[in-house]
Amino acid sequence: MTSRDEVLKSIRARRVPAMALPALQHDWVRYADAFAQFKSVVEAAGARCDRVATPRDIAPLLATFGEFQAATRTVSQVAGVAGTVALDDVDDPHDLETIDWAIMPGEFGVAENGAIWVTDERVKQRAIYFIVQHLALVLPANQIVHTMHAAYERIQPGKSSLGLFIAGPSKTADIEQLLVIGAHGPRSLTVIAVGPTV
Amino acid sequence: MNHAQAAARFIDDRARAAWHDQVVWNVRVKRDKAAHSVPEWELLRELASQIKLHTMSRLAEYLEQFEREATRRGATVHWARHAAEHNEIVHSLLQARGVRHLVKSKSMLTEECHLNPFLERHGIEVIDTDLGERIVQLAGEPPSHIVVPAIHCKREDIAELFHKHFGTDADNCEPYYLAEAARQHLRDKFKRAEAGLTGVNFGIAQTGGLVVCTNEGNADLGVSLPKLHIASMGIEKLVPRAQDLGVFLRLLARSATGQPITTYTSHFHGPRPGGELHIVLVDNGRSDILGSDDFRRSLNCIRCGACMNTCPVYRRSGGHSYDSSVPGPIGSILAPARDAKKYYSLPSACSLCGSCTDVCPVKIDLHHQLLTWRRELAERGLVPLSKRLAMKGMSVVFRHPWLYRVAGTLARTIVPRLPRFLVYNRFNAWGRQRELPMFPRESFRDQFRRRHDDQ
Repeated sequence: MTSRDEVLKSIRARRVPAMALPALQHDWVRYADAFAQFKSVVEAAGARCDRVATPRDIAPLLATFGEFQAATRTVSQVAGVAGTVALDDVDDPHDLETIDWAIMPGEFGVAENGAIWVTDERVKQRAIYFIVQHLALVLPANQIVHTMHAAYERIQPGKSSLGLFIAGPSKTADIEQLLVIGAHGPRSLTVIAVGPTV
Repeated sequence: MNHAQAAARFIDDRARAAWHDQVVWNVRVKRDKAAHSVPEWELLRELASQIKLHTMSRLAEYLEQFEREATRRGATVHWARHAAEHNEIVHSLLQARGVRHLVKSKSMLTEECHLNPFLERHGIEVIDTDLGERIVQLAGEPPSHIVVPAIHCKREDIAELFHKHFGTDADNCEPYYLAEAARQHLRDKFKRAEAGLTGVNFGIAQTGGLVVCTNEGNADLGVSLPKLHIASMGIEKLVPRAQDLGVFLRLLARSATGQPITTYTSHFHGPRPGGELHIVLVDNGRSDILGSDDFRRSLNCIRCGACMNTCPVYRRSGGHSYDSSVPGPIGSILAPARDAKKYYSLPSACSLCGSCTDVCPVKIDLHHQLLTWRRELAERGLVPLSKRLAMKGMSVVFRHPWLYRVAGTLARTIVPRLPRFLVYNRFNAWGRQRELPMFPRESFRDQFRRRHDDQ
């Protein structure tokens, strides 16, 4: 008998009382201003959150950041923002280590926790989200859901090999519970919301 | 060494023990704030518990579904009956691909299986990449907490450790400086690794996907650079549907650290283009727990650590005193299920205050299970002789009211007159580090009778 069969047999040998799978439709919390809530949680997580009127305003906004001015190698998959390195030309993700900034699209945000959903669809190297020094995520300001329940109604898990929520810059509190921003991943996260909030 | 002995060592350094108590308590305070900010918290706990119990009631079917879906998406699923088999599978995967350097993100399962020493014996460099885990790995210690592995370390200890290993300034214990040194050191390790291993927070039966939650981004970096991703997953980690994650992810980080969500919540479905994904499903005693009506709920655990942060015993005795990969209340339930003889003392490392049960996001009846374990251990004859005799003696006294009255009278008369050294000595554990309460002059029975007569 294979280990697989033995494990399954061992599980099937146990008497476990039946329990129904609960429905998840409830009156979950809703915020009066979902974007305002989103922005406040994003900022509490140590990220910057700015709103601009149109996609044309993204590049000028980035140009006002000191770290962005200092950046020499950048990747952008956001229309209207030019990068210096095309991600599609990078065959080995290790080569991304010297990228200073990446500007990537986010699909939507979650008001309750400030998380932004991104995937590796049309993103040749998923490492880009984690290996760069600074990350900017750009999303439509009116694409903010209230809770994680609503988020999972939108997501199609399995559509891409990687899908993830990003909420803030990488961080650690492993030294005496003191917060340090910039653990292994990006040292900063800039969230840029574009267009009207509703 | 049993828990009480190990704990006695820990509290020998009173200042440090008090500091530990406070640092861990701060995490509990953050958890409370986060939990209270969610109006439907109790509903979420109830749903999470029901989803887990439902999954356990059909675990075999869900595992088969998970395997089918994961395979369809290009992952390879392996099955391990026990720790040794898990380690063999991981090793053979690495060996077949000539992997010499492995980066690992936090996985309590690989701690449980003692994977690191096994791979190191086979000449493979294993680097724990979570900062806390790297700290304890460099210190040659096991983690003392499942979410904050180095919570017992002071920054001065870490500065000294990093000075020794990375050549940093031994006197600079500023957290930003130390974390930056670790970042640079670990970037090199990430770049060199030929494989990355992660634990799994949730497996999704419906889609064959894996969810991994971290704050540092170490798991993601570790599996985005090399081509091989190995995921070690306990069979109890499944949820039926992706939507169930909405419930668990609202609970997990808030319960663990008080954050609304971890920085990275990654959903892996199959390997990345050109890569490989291997999932190792591990039983290692879990199917035994599944069969127990008393302990089944312990499989609900999502490893948030809230029960240890709130536990008055854990906070004051430190994670290492449990000598188990998972310490604290949940560890004291899981460890004796694996080896009752070795971990007999853990269910007694509990005052039955019930705080763990109150904070548990998946409604595990922790303190009830700990009490049940005590009975179970007594029935199996795994209680030390001193305790057994004491219990026998108490039982005789309680069964004979006249004997109880005589014993009470004698104690009230004699004990207050005894010289101090006869009461406070090594045979009386109740007199250590504390003063015993004063004996009343009268028993309750006498008081009651007197007052009744007065009327």
